[in-house]
Amino acid sequence: MFDLVSFIPRAVAQSIPLLYGATGEILTEKSGNLNLGIPGIMYVGGICGVIGAFLHEQAVPADEMTALSAIGIPMLASLIGSLLMGLLYCFLTVTLRANQNVTGLAITTFGVGFGNFFGGSLIKLTDSDVPSIALSATSNYFRQALPFADGLGWFGRIFLSYGFLAYLAIIIALASAYVLKHTRVGLHLRAVGENPATADAAGINIAKYKYMATCLGSMIAGLGGLYYVMDYACGVWSNDAFGDRGWLAIALVIFTIWKPNMAIPASILFGGLYILYLYLPTGMNLSIKELYKMLPYIVTIIVLVITSMRNKRENQPPESLGLPYFREER
Amino acid sequence: MNNKTAAVQMRNITKTFGSVVANDKVNLDIYKGEVLALLGENGSGKTTMMNMLSGIYFPDEGEIFINGQPTVISSPKDAFDHGIGMIHQHFKLVDVLTAAENIVLGLKEEGRLNIEAVAAKVKKICDAYGFEVDPYQKIYNMSVSQKQTVEIVKVLYRGADILILDEPTAVLTPQETDKLFAVLRNMRNDGKAVVIITHKLHEVEDISDRVVILNHGKFVGDLITAQTSAQEMTNMMVGRAVELNINRPEPVDPRPRVEVQGLTVRSSDGILKLDDVTFTANSGEILGIAGISGCGQKELLEAIAGLQRTESGTIRYIRDDGTAENLVGKDPLEIASMGVALSFVPEDRLGMGLVGNMDLTDNMMLRSFREGPSFLINRKKPRLLAEKVVKDLEVNTPGVSTPIRRLSGGNVQKVLLGREIASSPTVLLTAYAVRGLDINSSYTIYDLLTRQKQAGVAVIYVGEDLDVLLELCDRILVLCGGKVSGLVDGKTAEKHQIGMMMTKLGGEAANE
Repeated sequence: MFDLVSFIPRAVAQSIPLLYGATGEILTEKSGNLNLGIPGIMYVGGICGVIGAFLHEQAVPADEMTALSAIGIPMLASLIGSLLMGLLYCFLTVTLRANQNVTGLAITTFGVGFGNFFGGSLIKLTDSDVPSIALSATSNYFRQALPFADGLGWFGRIFLSYGFLAYLAIIIALASAYVLKHTRVGLHLRAVGENPATADAAGINIAKYKYMATCLGSMIAGLGGLYYVMDYACGVWSNDAFGDRGWLAIALVIFTIWKPNMAIPASILFGGLYILYLYLPTGMNLSIKELYKMLPYIVTIIVLVITSMRNKRENQPPESLGLPYFREER
Repeated sequence: MNNKTAAVQMRNITKTFGSVVANDKVNLDIYKGEVLALLGENGSGKTTMMNMLSGIYFPDEGEIFINGQPTVISSPKDAFDHGIGMIHQHFKLVDVLTAAENIVLGLKEEGRLNIEAVAAKVKKICDAYGFEVDPYQKIYNMSVSQKQTVEIVKVLYRGADILILDEPTAVLTPQETDKLFAVLRNMRNDGKAVVIITHKLHEVEDISDRVVILNHGKFVGDLITAQTSAQEMTNMMVGRAVELNINRPEPVDPRPRVEVQGLTVRSSDGILKLDDVTFTANSGEILGIAGISGCGQKELLEAIAGLQRTESGTIRYIRDDGTAENLVGKDPLEIASMGVALSFVPEDRLGMGLVGNMDLTDNMMLRSFREGPSFLINRKKPRLLAEKVVKDLEVNTPGVSTPIRRLSGGNVQKVLLGREIASSPTVLLTAYAVRGLDINSSYTIYDLLTRQKQAGVAVIYVGEDLDVLLELCDRILVLCGGKVSGLVDGKTAEKHQIGMMMTKLGGEAANE
């Protein structure tokens, strides 16, 4: 019998990093920047949170920690780290008009290297036997669910058993959808990504919007990395454990046809596919398991095929996605 | 003129792009309650001048006064703040947004975005001047004329008192043009200043109160429209006397050259682009094709040239000796080698036929690089050809090794047409050959086409300007929504009649 009550919370937990990454990338792409650096930025967001938490745990004994500093310091470190990555991407692509694809891939490579370097250093500092670093004291604050959730049976487990970052992800996705659809800023942002020359002629500051959307998107994506280490992985950092979630987040952007509210169910679906192999009946051939692990990627490929048969203009990517903007070009 | 107040005074404006002087110490006054026509050849600096007023470019020298106050306009936003609104030749609209969303784009109004309130205000503006706009319609669903209306409403919504229209009629049917002019007159009577950039003389005479003429970036004249004539304006604009009539010799020995039978074409997303089109193009004759843009003209030419997949129908190419061959299913190279040349000038001019970053010689070679036995290419012949085209067609270029991208639109078109003609075709397909060209270059091209016709080439000319089609072509095929709406004789047809056929199948005379 398939155990939904245990499956859904695990699928959701798996989906939150994807949701952060996808929301961040949607905002970025709406400004016309195709940021392929998202996997690297999420990685940096994670390791910066780890560094913040590590220094904090070294300085303050576990029983003297307060919730504010235990959550605030890693979160601030994570946001600053991913913001700097976003700024770097913007400086290269918006100000210097470098090729967005190459820049993005470089940022990803750089971000993963950066994370593994500092992750490795910290692991060495702790002299631990295993190649990982555990920050359980900080993690406990991040994983704190509502106290009465346990008493509510299956309802509590499915809806209330998560740390605050999971709810924040959903709030951010819904807020982004609202801003894009119903506000002046959202309208301007969409115009910048669709047709920057038109937006420019209408008096919109293109560079400002691109910087704002990309940096904000990077910070949101960085939180995905933070959630992964602090909540999903229970505060245990080991190099390369984050895996390819960043790329899945970018695939999700296409899957959701650039709608952050659609990203919520879509990321849960992807999260579910990601862990489906754990729910196979015991005793099944191990190689079948590996086939199940392919599912998210197969779905991504199918989705790419389907969305490339574009019928409706609204479902297409922002028109100037990936293109730099020059004003006085003749 | 003295009792009118100057809305804008531009003094000693100079603007250079690299070594090219676009405007040289130009003075220009724009008055309220008046329609000013800005007339000039291509590259005479009309659009540059107005772009400086609308904040796209910044003048190198000179001053701008608005309502008597010296003003610095450094961005489009500054222009809006001073009540200047420009409607560009290429519409500045975001396709996936609705009309209302495009109209409020960039506005910094208080409070949250209230599309209903915007729509109501749009409606009010439309009622005041006689427009029709659905605020909730998406731009990509609109016709060119509707898009233009949205542009105008957008400018008025921002409270513009000075309206600049850059070649607004280039893409409109005569009926739509009449409607536009009626609206412009309403605005003038409302006390707004209207500037219209154009090179169609009859429009200048029709709509404007005053006309300012530029030539090679210099100011050459400021005339009251009612006191001048088309001939005088042309002479000032070109700087020398120009013959304004198109010479149309009788076709010599016309014989069927291309027979199109029941041609049906669908675009890749399944939309019917051509529906059962049947006609014959004769040698020694210019066959004009009229129609609102996007009615299948492009698909028709591409189908003949083998670039478009056809669903049904035949295209028969008939040789001089009477043997015929079906072109459907042949590849473009084979068709081109049979003497069918396509010179297609797309909206962005460089999209088809020429490579912007390559120089004139290399572009000539695009047609001939397969010739010769050697593995290496021979650049000598293409260079001679490029030099010949430059000389024969008076292409204004620093040399044959200049990248095409650097040439002005008219010169690009001359190079393209010159290359196609040089391959001595038997069928010459041209689309929008004079799009955006000034009078002088246009007439050079009409003359070229006429000479081809006299040489026995079957010319198919897709055009936008009905006046020209009527003067140039022997027969005119009118397309409407992919169907043949009628075939008329160029010598006897009337403009109004063709206009009706363009918008409605068969036009007034449904029995045609």
